[in-house]
Amino acid sequence: MVIKKTNEIKSSEITDEKTYLNRRNFIRAGLLAGTTLATAGVYRFINPPPPKEVVTAEIQNITQPPDFRAEEKLNSFEEITNYNNFYEFSTSKTAVARKAENFVTRPWTIEVGGLVQKSKTFVIEDLLKFEQEERIYRFRCVEGWSMVIPWIGFPLKKILDAVEPLGAAKYVAFETLYDAMQMQSSFSAGIDLPYVEGLRLDEAVHPLTILATGLYGKLLPNQNGAPVRLVVPWKYGFKSIKSIVKINLTDKETPTTWNIAAPREYGFYSNVNPNVSHPRWSQATENRIGEYTRRPTLPFNGYAEQVENLYSGMDLKRFF
Amino acid sequence: MNDVKFNKTLIFINSLVPLALLVWDAFFGKLGANPVEFTIRTTGVLTLLFLLITLAVTPLRKYYGWNNLVKYRRMLGLYAFFYGFLHLVAYSIFDKSFSLSAIAGDVWERPFIAVGMLAFFLLVPLAVTSTNAMIKRLGGKNWARLHKATYAAAILGVIHFWMIVKSDVFYPLLFGLILAVLLGYRIYSANEKPKKKLATNNTN
Repeated sequence: MVIKKTNEIKSSEITDEKTYLNRRNFIRAGLLAGTTLATAGVYRFINPPPPKEVVTAEIQNITQPPDFRAEEKLNSFEEITNYNNFYEFSTSKTAVARKAENFVTRPWTIEVGGLVQKSKTFVIEDLLKFEQEERIYRFRCVEGWSMVIPWIGFPLKKILDAVEPLGAAKYVAFETLYDAMQMQSSFSAGIDLPYVEGLRLDEAVHPLTILATGLYGKLLPNQNGAPVRLVVPWKYGFKSIKSIVKINLTDKETPTTWNIAAPREYGFYSNVNPNVSHPRWSQATENRIGEYTRRPTLPFNGYAEQVENLYSGMDLKRFF
Repeated sequence: MNDVKFNKTLIFINSLVPLALLVWDAFFGKLGANPVEFTIRTTGVLTLLFLLITLAVTPLRKYYGWNNLVKYRRMLGLYAFFYGFLHLVAYSIFDKSFSLSAIAGDVWERPFIAVGMLAFFLLVPLAVTSTNAMIKRLGGKNWARLHKATYAAAILGVIHFWMIVKSDVFYPLLFGLILAVLLGYRIYSANEKPKKKLATNNTN
């Protein structure tokens, strides 16, 4: 092999040092800017900014019954609609709003049946004909955060009265829509779907228990459980099942999704109780969304006066 | 400026990008509805991420022969410590209002907090002994032995993350799998070593 002599490169062809350094600096500046942008892009991809605000139609003729108005600062519409647990769409609370953007909620029917005199199928328009009341309730999530929400809705009792429960009916089971075309799989959600919940009949007909059709005077945004959801303000939020398609009256305690997923952690009753810790964290305090320090959690989420008689004689540590 | 120095600058700046964006978003109120949880979660994930990147250096070096990577390992490890520190500070200020008794109660009541604390305090001596002077003082072998604590911190970190999620185990699982690969490689190459040594002895 012939080794070429190095002096074969003409001196005129050697880039002079200044140009060489400029070129080098240019590449470096490019690398710095490029990688910084790429890193920022990856961060933004994993943590996208909140989506544009949802606009739903106003609900007409809302009444404001004075007994159901928590005298507390309301959480903003933006907070309520951008921080949601709705595992059918995403397990990330801040991603649900975007993922649920195109969720189809019309036409919508709810079948009500089981141990009743008259099984009935309601269309969502029927439900909006009931007197629409504004109910300002505290909402406490089992994860340790809470909000104050101005729901629009009507007592669940009105629907149950319409189907005339039989004497044998003791429990009410609820089921959320599950549509694999619009929602993620049970596997990605980490829980069995469709989502199911249940109440004892006396809990279901309690005046505090409502079916919500809206919030802040407008129809429910998709991410909050459109078009109709349950709200049981003295229980942890996961009991307030969203986007309901089925209500079934039975004589037995009904299976509930989170209880199936982790029976030691989530009971059938799941009443808000600062004295019964979740196995992995204390429930004594909560983070009110919008505040920067934690506040104490109240028994039955502050509704003890209205509901504690439902549980007289029951060991609430056992029936958590 | 030589290439190593430039690469260090590159890594230094890039590693600060998430913090810069976090501060930027906080300033403009864009951290979503629960900025406290978001800040704690983000700094925690970044801590684990940097731990994994740091632990990836040795396997990449051995497998691809990219020996220069080791020059950047200290900075990556210190970033893991830095984000872990921010994670702890964010939790102490916002979740616990800097009350030591509340933090102590939390460690007792919520096992995942105890696991996280333990992981962080394992990183403290490693950060302290990261300087050249300390490496010299300890001696390379002792230093390397001490810094194996990174493995324990990373394992505890993944467990800590796993314990806080309700059912969305995707990220903890992903981090756990990557960690398993990185630590698995070490066990594998430790078992391979004797053979290699024999082989090189023969060629000598």
